Amino acid sequence: MRVSGCDVGSLTAKVVIMNNNEIEAKVVLRCVSSPEKSAESVMSQAVSQAGITLSDIDYIVGTGYGKERISFANHTESEINCHAQGVYSLLPEARTVIDIGGQDAKVVKIGDQGQVNQYVYNDKCASGTGRFLEVMSETLELPIDMMSLYHEQAKEKLHISNQCVIFAESEVVSLINEGKETPDIICGLNTALAKRVSSLAKSIGIVPDVVFTGGVAKNSGVAKALEQSIGLPLTAYPLDPQISGAYGAAVLALKHLNAAKID
Amino acid sequence: MGIVAGCDVGSLTAKAVILKDKQIIASGIVRSKARPQKSAENAMSEALSKCAVKQSDIQFCVGTGYGRNQISFVDHVVSEITCHAKGAKFLIPSVKTIIDIGGQDCKIMKIDQHANVINFITNDKCASGTGRFLEVMAQVLNIDISDLGGMTKQSNSPITLASTCTVWAQADVIKHINDGVPHEDIGAGINTAMANRVSILVRSIKPEKDICMTGGVAKNQGVISVMEKILGQRVKKIRKFDPQLAGAIGAAILAHEKSS
Repeated sequence: MRVSGCDVGSLTAKVVIMNNNEIEAKVVLRCVSSPEKSAESVMSQAVSQAGITLSDIDYIVGTGYGKERISFANHTESEINCHAQGVYSLLPEARTVIDIGGQDAKVVKIGDQGQVNQYVYNDKCASGTGRFLEVMSETLELPIDMMSLYHEQAKEKLHISNQCVIFAESEVVSLINEGKETPDIICGLNTALAKRVSSLAKSIGIVPDVVFTGGVAKNSGVAKALEQSIGLPLTAYPLDPQISGAYGAAVLALKHLNAAKID
Repeated sequence: MGIVAGCDVGSLTAKAVILKDKQIIASGIVRSKARPQKSAENAMSEALSKCAVKQSDIQFCVGTGYGRNQISFVDHVVSEITCHAKGAKFLIPSVKTIIDIGGQDCKIMKIDQHANVINFITNDKCASGTGRFLEVMAQVLNIDISDLGGMTKQSNSPITLASTCTVWAQADVIKHINDGVPHEDIGAGINTAMANRVSILVRSIKPEKDICMTGGVAKNQGVISVMEKILGQRVKKIRKFDPQLAGAIGAAILAHEKSS
């Protein structure tokens, strides 16, 4: 049985294709002009990667901000459900998922059957989202992928007092003008970001095991800062953390197929 | 012959006001420097240059604002909240609710008939609803921030910004510019977003009339007119002096009271 999950976010679109429980293809693409086009592009690349055609996929679940605009989805599911499934199906001890995306952050509490018990979601404030890091990378004139390398090199503890992206950006400019070292600034920024997200998580209570997902989870500096902020270790997600939503959608696609078979 | 002064050193602008026998004889507004002392000196120089008064003639000076503790020529420091309340009361004697929107913060104060602050709420954590929001948007539109205010009246079809967060709103504005939307419609949308954000804060304190606005953003007529619609009440305009001077005026009045 071949299934797929398609997660169309506001910045990136992701697809996972699974065949008999094995991942056959996974693609992450920067979004283009419309959710429809982004979904088509990312799926087109994924089927190409798997060496199949769209019609070879038995069931597709769409999710994410643009889920209603995925023309080829058989069914849509909320991001919250997909993220919970994406983690629980691989890590059955996971009870809290902290997901930081390009333009949002969510914290999902999962029960022992993988059900969503509680969640909290921020897409109103850029602070505590990937955008915070994107803005800072521009201010520091560093490619965003390089930012995770610097956290470990920090020597001086710098406190960035602002969590608002706009105010923190001014603070960074002042620190640069004062001659502060880039690794120290980055470490301070990661700490500010982690603090914002851990406040969000603490508002619904954090229960171990805690798993960090989303594109920002690929930044080991933020992950370290987050661990310190929540005071709990993070369990590593075994796949690319950016595809956890698409993977969860694929898992749900399989469940739908199996349920349909039973009917 | 009491000559006193008030000095309000904010993070973006520094203001100085000189009082003689409780009359405002001069004022100065300057862009703040990195060091509050320098900002205060510049503001005071500007004010002094407009009247026949020397620094040494000033009998008492009260300092307020973010940099108040770092000004050498200040005799006493008072909180911004107290100074703004005092200054607003001087400018609009009937005022009960003061909406002060500065460069990087926003404060709403409720006062009694003696200008005592009975309740207040501030935001200095989020750029939205502060002068910074307008500054960022003005930069995107490539206009002077003082040009934003008139756009509400000029616009026939103001846009609705999807978010009040400065970062998301900025991206939204860029998109509208790229789509060729007339700038006055975008500017009007910006003013509305600003008014919406501030009104939430105002409503939480249950405003009582008369309401007035102080701070730099009080010069934006677009924001004021939209706020009046949202709150369903007139916002009394400060006409005789620059509303940005309210804190420094309040500080100067307190200097007068302290020296008498």
